[in-house]
Order: sequence, then C-alpha cells, then structure tokens
Amino acid sequence: MLLYTLKRLGLALLVAAFVSVVAFMLLRLSGDAALAIAGEGARDEDIELVRQTYGLDRPLIIQYVDWLLTTLSGDFGQSLYFKTDVASLIADKLPVTFLIGSFSLLFALALSVPLGVLAAVFSGTWVDRAALAIAVAGQALPNFFFALVLIMLFSITLRWLPVSGSDSWAHFVMPTIALGYYVTPPMMRLVRAGMIEVLSSDYIRTARAKGLSSFSVVFKHGLRNALVPVVALAAVQLGFLLGGSIVIETIFALDGLGYLAYQSITHKDFPVTQAVLLLLSLIYVLLTLVADLLNAFLDPRMRVA
Amino acid sequence: MSDAVILPVETVVPRTGSATARMVASPSVVGGFILVGAVVAIALLAPLLAPHDPYAQDLTRRLVPPIWHEKGIWSNPLGTDNLGRDYLSRLLYGARISLLIGLAVMLISGLIGTTLGLVAGYFGGRTDLVISFIITARLAMPVVLVALAVVAVIGGSLPVVILTLGLLKWDRFAVVMRSATQQVRSLDYVTAAEAAGASRLRVLLGEILPNVFPHLIVVATVEAGSAILLEAALSFLGLGVQPPLPSWGLMIAEAKNFMFFSFWLIAIPGTALALLVLGINLLGDGLRDVFAPEGRA
Repeated sequence: MLLYTLKRLGLALLVAAFVSVVAFMLLRLSGDAALAIAGEGARDEDIELVRQTYGLDRPLIIQYVDWLLTTLSGDFGQSLYFKTDVASLIADKLPVTFLIGSFSLLFALALSVPLGVLAAVFSGTWVDRAALAIAVAGQALPNFFFALVLIMLFSITLRWLPVSGSDSWAHFVMPTIALGYYVTPPMMRLVRAGMIEVLSSDYIRTARAKGLSSFSVVFKHGLRNALVPVVALAAVQLGFLLGGSIVIETIFALDGLGYLAYQSITHKDFPVTQAVLLLLSLIYVLLTLVADLLNAFLDPRMRVA
Repeated sequence: MSDAVILPVETVVPRTGSATARMVASPSVVGGFILVGAVVAIALLAPLLAPHDPYAQDLTRRLVPPIWHEKGIWSNPLGTDNLGRDYLSRLLYGARISLLIGLAVMLISGLIGTTLGLVAGYFGGRTDLVISFIITARLAMPVVLVALAVVAVIGGSLPVVILTLGLLKWDRFAVVMRSATQQVRSLDYVTAAEAAGASRLRVLLGEILPNVFPHLIVVATVEAGSAILLEAALSFLGLGVQPPLPSWGLMIAEAKNFMFFSFWLIAIPGTALALLVLGINLLGDGLRDVFAPEGRA
C-alpha cells in the first residue's frame, strides 16, 4: 500500500508539473502578451516598455521558472481586467464553484443511487427500462439548453426562482440541477451494474437464505459493496463538474470560478485564465489521486500500480 | 421522441448470429440509425428542402412565430428569427455544421487517440508509461476551458473549432484502444503473425486493429455526439462558430435575448440538437450491446 501510494503520488506530481508547463505555454505562445497588456492600438515603444517591465523579452524557460516560483509562493500576478491580484480574486470565487460542484454531485448521487438500485433489483422489467431511458435521454440533452428550459419554467412561467446571481440559496437550485443531471447517467449505470453483480453473489444468497428481509439484503448487504466504485467515480466527476461549471455559471451569472474564467477569456485577461486553468487541473489531479488511493484502500486487488 | 427513448432498453439481442443480424434485431441500433439517418438526409438535402435562403434577412418579418401558433404563417413554417431569417431553413442548414463537426472531430481525435492507444498497448513497457502519462496529463485539463481559451485567442471559425476539439478530445480513444490492445496482444493469432515474421506495423494494422475495431466504433460514436454538444456549447458562449453561420448552438445564443416572448427560438434548435445526439448515443449503446452482449452495463 505504501509503495502504491508513493507511486501514485509521484505520478500526480509529474502530471501537475506537466500541466503547469501547458498552462504557461498555452497562454504565452497564443498571442503577444505585451500587446494584450498595452491594449489594442498602443504605440510600438509602449509595447516595448511593457515587454521589458513584465520581463517578456527573456527566454521562455526563464520566464516559466520565474512564473512557477512566484506561483508556488501563492502569487498569481495581477489581473489585467479586474485590476486586482489574481490570488484574492480566485479565493473570492472558489467557494461558489465549490458549493455548486458539491451540490450537483449530491444531486446526482441522490438521483443515481436509488434509480440504479431500482433498475438492478427490477432488472429486465419496465422499471429497469425506464431508468435506462432516463439515462440515455439525459446524456443527449445539451446542458445549456436544459438550463434555459429550467429558467423558462421556474423563473418566467412559475416565478419560483431567481434567474441569475448568487446571493441566496434559491440562486443555486437551477444551476445544481442543470449541472448535476449530466453526470447522473454514468453514475446510475455504474450503480446498476454493481448492484446486479453484487445481488447475484454468494453472500447475498446466504443473507437471503438466512431469512433476512429483501430490504435489508438490498440496502445493508448489497448497496454497501456496490457503492465502492461509485465513490471513486464521484471523486473524478467532481473534478469534471468544476471544469464543466463554466457554461452553467455563465448562464446563471453565478459569481464563481467558471464565470470568472469565461470573463477572463473574453477580456484576454491571461493571468486569470492561466491561474484558473492551473487550479482546476490541480484539483482534478488531487481528486483522481484520492479516488485511486480510496479504491486501493477499499479493494486490495487494485493495488497493482 | 418518446418511442425512441424507450427503444434502447428493449434490447433482447440474440447472442448468436452475425453482427449484422444482431444489429437489425437491436431496437437501439435501429432507432439511432433512423434518427441519425434523418439528420444526415436533412443535411445533404438542405438546399432542396429549405424554403428560403438561410442567410436572407427580412426586417419587415421579424420574430414571426411558428405555424402551430395562431399568428404563424405558412411561408415560414417554423417562424423567423430576430433578423427575419427563415428559421426552418436555418435549422436545416444547421444540421450540416453539427454533422461536419461530429465527423471531423471524430476523425482527427480518433486518429490521434487510436495511434497512441495501439502503440501503448502493443509495445508496453516504457512506451506505455510515457503514453499513459500523456493521457493522464490530458485528462487533468478541463476541455471546455482549454477549448474556450484557444478559440478566443486564435479567433472563432469552423476550422479552428474542429481542430481545437480534434486535438483535445482523443483521450477516450487512447484509453479504450490501449486496454483493448493489451487484451489481444498476447493472443495466439498475434503471436503467430509475429512468429511468421510480420513487421510490427503489419501486426498492429493487420492483426490487432481489426480485432479491436468494435471498441473503436463504439467510442467513435459516443465521441462524435460529445463533440457536437461541445461545439454547440462553445458557439453558445460566443467562442465557437461565428455568425451568420446557422450553428444550432449559435442559434440558441442569438435567441437568448428573446426567450421571454419567443421561447420556440430556443426550443427548436435545442430539440434538434438533443434528438441528433440521442440518435448517436443510441447507436453507440446499441453497437456496444451487439459487439459485447455479455458486457452489458
């Protein structure tokens, strides 16, 4: 277990380093940063001055190392558009995105676990078919379209929920649904497959033979084991949700990282884009690391690196 | 639509018989084929089917509602948008963009991912370590964010969106091809070909690729659907295909300001997108069952 942990940790660190290079290169090579800072139509000597002030005339490797060292010390630079430092900007927005990501994950779990269990228990019947139909239909629905349908229904027609903003709990209801439904189908399939496998295993037969009620067999003995892979998938999906929230946050003007990323991209505010990209990638790396270790801890067969 | 949704699950696919026979017997393959076939036909026949030029504006006829509305008129069966362009014609031509994106992105990312997966799975060892690392690193980066940033910097256009998504979305191809190749590389026919002196390239393309092809087809279908949804999302955010092209995602974005009074402007392209992706996903799901009936999940 220790060797496996060390190996996975090393891989995670390597990936993180690689991602930092990509994040740096992507936005440094994609356009003249000095021009972006000086603004369109700036004079040549002004652009040159900016280049020298920001150290953009140095070799790329030196710039990268410099950038990495300052970033590691917690200094993400200054935002060109918001005119504040990037670190505090991100610290400001992260909680909203984290909230919406966690809510969506809980929403998806609350939907996929019962549906998956039902589909497995009634495998092959209309219940199973209906659950699968929901999964297939859900995966085909574009999330931004679904979000607009929700707004039309709950904000405009029924007037139950606010359209945009992030001031109250009510503002999080629609974004949670719009973001969470999309990860429900894969999780439901996993719960269903796991439950079908578990329910046909020997210890479940034993439990049934002992005369335990089917409720107790399904939930106490079955679900506990079927949920192991779901926990790992949930960790990975949370990373996916944080990255995918950019569309949903923009639609609902939720003041989180995704909306910040969108604004920074449209305003060519590259220090912010870079920081968000790096942060989301690192969170994903961390979550997959946790998921892998969790899996290995729960199921010793997985500990082959 | 409700029929098509119910279809995938009634898959009582016979486990014997040829793959073709099983495909015809699989309701989700048939349902998916019909949906996708309809969109392909619409895309090919758009100039014949469209009642108007999809780009022709008529400011005297803006935001005409569709025909089922009491104010609808037959000359514009699905109404007009805020610039007075015929919505049906734009919808029909929009099918071309979605299909082109799905197909082109699938080909580019499929080529990259399959090559990486085959090489990693076949050679193993250090090669596998390096490629697995590249896959892991790629997976760590959020696709939507990177795609948005790249398109924003280079400038949005159809080729840029296709290339960006194609260069980003090869991960699932690589993951699936790698493990599929690992499963067949030590089988007898591969060893036999190697013993007979076949070159590595020949073993890869002649022995391994044909045997992992079913997996490739399934991933390719699912990825085409996901690429179509991604393009729509990028265009919706204004950082994908640019106006006046009738991309379905862009049509939804342009209609957003009018959604309070003209929600059909959003509902029509949104439903078209959902139906196309539903068809593609049904095909993928059905094919997975056909190729591996015992591995159904």
